[in-house]
Amino acid sequence: MSDIETFYDVMRRQGITRRSFMKFCSLTAAALGLGPSFVPKIAEAMETKPRTPVVWVHGLECTCCSESFIRSAHPLAKDVVLSMISLDYDDTLMAAAGHAAEAAFEETIAKYKGNYILAVEGNPPLNEDGMFCITGGKPFVEKLRHAAEGAKAIISWGACASYGCVQAAAPNPTRATPVHKVITDKPIIKVPGCPPIAEVMTGVITYMLTFDRMPELDRQGRPAMFYSQRIHDKCYRRPHFDAGQFVEHWDDENARKGYCLYKMGCKGPTTYNACSTVRWNGGVSFPIQSGHGCIGCSEDGFWDQGSFYDRLTTIKQFGIEATADKIGWTATGLVGAGVAAHAAVSVLKRAQKKNEEA
Amino acid sequence: MKGVSDERINAPVRGPDEIFEASRLTGDATREDLESIRRRTSVYVYEAPVRVWHWVNALAITILVVTGYLIASPLPSMQIGEATDQFVMGYIRFAHFAAGVVMSVGFFGRIYWAFVGNRHAWQMFYIPIFNKRYWKEFVFELRWYFFLEEEPKKYIGHNPLAHAAMFTFITLGITFMMITGWALYAEGAGQGGVTDSLFGWVLGYVQNSQRLHTLHHLGMWAIVIFAIIHIYAAVREDVMSRQSMVSTMISGHRTFKDDRIE
Repeated sequence: MSDIETFYDVMRRQGITRRSFMKFCSLTAAALGLGPSFVPKIAEAMETKPRTPVVWVHGLECTCCSESFIRSAHPLAKDVVLSMISLDYDDTLMAAAGHAAEAAFEETIAKYKGNYILAVEGNPPLNEDGMFCITGGKPFVEKLRHAAEGAKAIISWGACASYGCVQAAAPNPTRATPVHKVITDKPIIKVPGCPPIAEVMTGVITYMLTFDRMPELDRQGRPAMFYSQRIHDKCYRRPHFDAGQFVEHWDDENARKGYCLYKMGCKGPTTYNACSTVRWNGGVSFPIQSGHGCIGCSEDGFWDQGSFYDRLTTIKQFGIEATADKIGWTATGLVGAGVAAHAAVSVLKRAQKKNEEA
Repeated sequence: MKGVSDERINAPVRGPDEIFEASRLTGDATREDLESIRRRTSVYVYEAPVRVWHWVNALAITILVVTGYLIASPLPSMQIGEATDQFVMGYIRFAHFAAGVVMSVGFFGRIYWAFVGNRHAWQMFYIPIFNKRYWKEFVFELRWYFFLEEEPKKYIGHNPLAHAAMFTFITLGITFMMITGWALYAEGAGQGGVTDSLFGWVLGYVQNSQRLHTLHHLGMWAIVIFAIIHIYAAVREDVMSRQSMVSTMISGHRTFKDDRIE
């Protein structure tokens, strides 16, 4: 891999000053929750380590992950990230197209066998032998399997690759399948979200390059540093939740005061993501801050939980769509009525018996 | 009843006129009353720890259902003070968690008592599904509830129907609510903590926290429905069956209203 420049070489070549470089290292350390002592380590790693080749493939997806990724502010994707990793193949971003692009793909996975990171955006549909998603003239699932074979690790970008997202929502006609259910013999990091936060994406990559290992993952295989807490746990509106002060209707007085959106169906209490801490667009805002509840886009099967404005999952097994509360009240009412009727019959029966005896 | 023959039980040792002086002194005792209290006896069924558990559990479940419902569908917004001075949801959630801990500890105490207590303490924790006789009696009790039997049978512990309900809604139901409840608590307590290491796997299995909340919520409704039926059946049986019900869970003694054999 000696022919790949180090990150530092690339950055200097692109006119980034050492001062800016050190600033980036500090910001990255802070973003990863590391102490100041890690800044020189990050700097050293970037000065000495050859860039890790990354092969970025696109299955069934909407490219929102890429759109998010290229908007990373810390670090700026343009200046640093596209140079940090040696992004040898990304059919959406690369200049080459057609046969040239496919040749680059084959070359990279042959040359860096066992050393490259495979980033997957979107997922493969498995029905009809994968014919619902064709890239380079072949079903995407074949390309995915081929690319995964020599990969050191796989990053599942976004809800599509991690959980299936909208194309896997019931009834899932194309049988869109998340990456970890197709590739089972490689370490996989899920970075869910629709899309994931830009800084989370670059943060995960930076961590892997700096420490040459996977970040600590939680039980669902997500990087714990970004996905270990619910949005609700760190929400700036949380004090209003604890106080019992809620937005009752859109645009009411409480909404203007910035009260908790719990009653409006905010899914912050059931969603693991870093939105309330890292926020979006360089830390400008996030959905709750702009007055709308979280829709839980980084959760498993978020399209299949019913309305974005309900906090309980819709239960379809009852024929009509119902929530747990509707079922509960109905069943309780029926049982209550049943008990009352039974009691009435019991009393009548007893009276009848007494009459007969008398 | 070893060594005591039927003859001995039924044979009057002394006539009713000669005994129960205290009962007769109140002046309302008829001859039939005296004859009756001479023969009717009680069985000690529910020992003190079982009774204490029952009422503590009932109180905990009441608090859990009310606060749990209010956590899912909070009270109207209140403007007592600034958010920093007001803690309505906080106290409701605290009451829920505290009652949850009490219920969990109580349930473990109850399991312990199933091993060291009397035979009746064990009844709630199993259903004799392979016992044909059990199912026959189950059907009989069901028929009694459908008004198809003239008279119920005598039971010392739970009747077969109550036995099944108790096992399903309390033993399994509370276990389900404890597991999902503690898993939800672990989410707030944070990863790496004690509750997370014990119950974090539940969210890993269910995958989506909203689904987990929904399951816990459905469990609440199951227990509410059980409570309605339980209270109704206890009062009804107290009135219509051949043994005591409500007072049994206070005194522990099951008393019988007649001395017929079946």
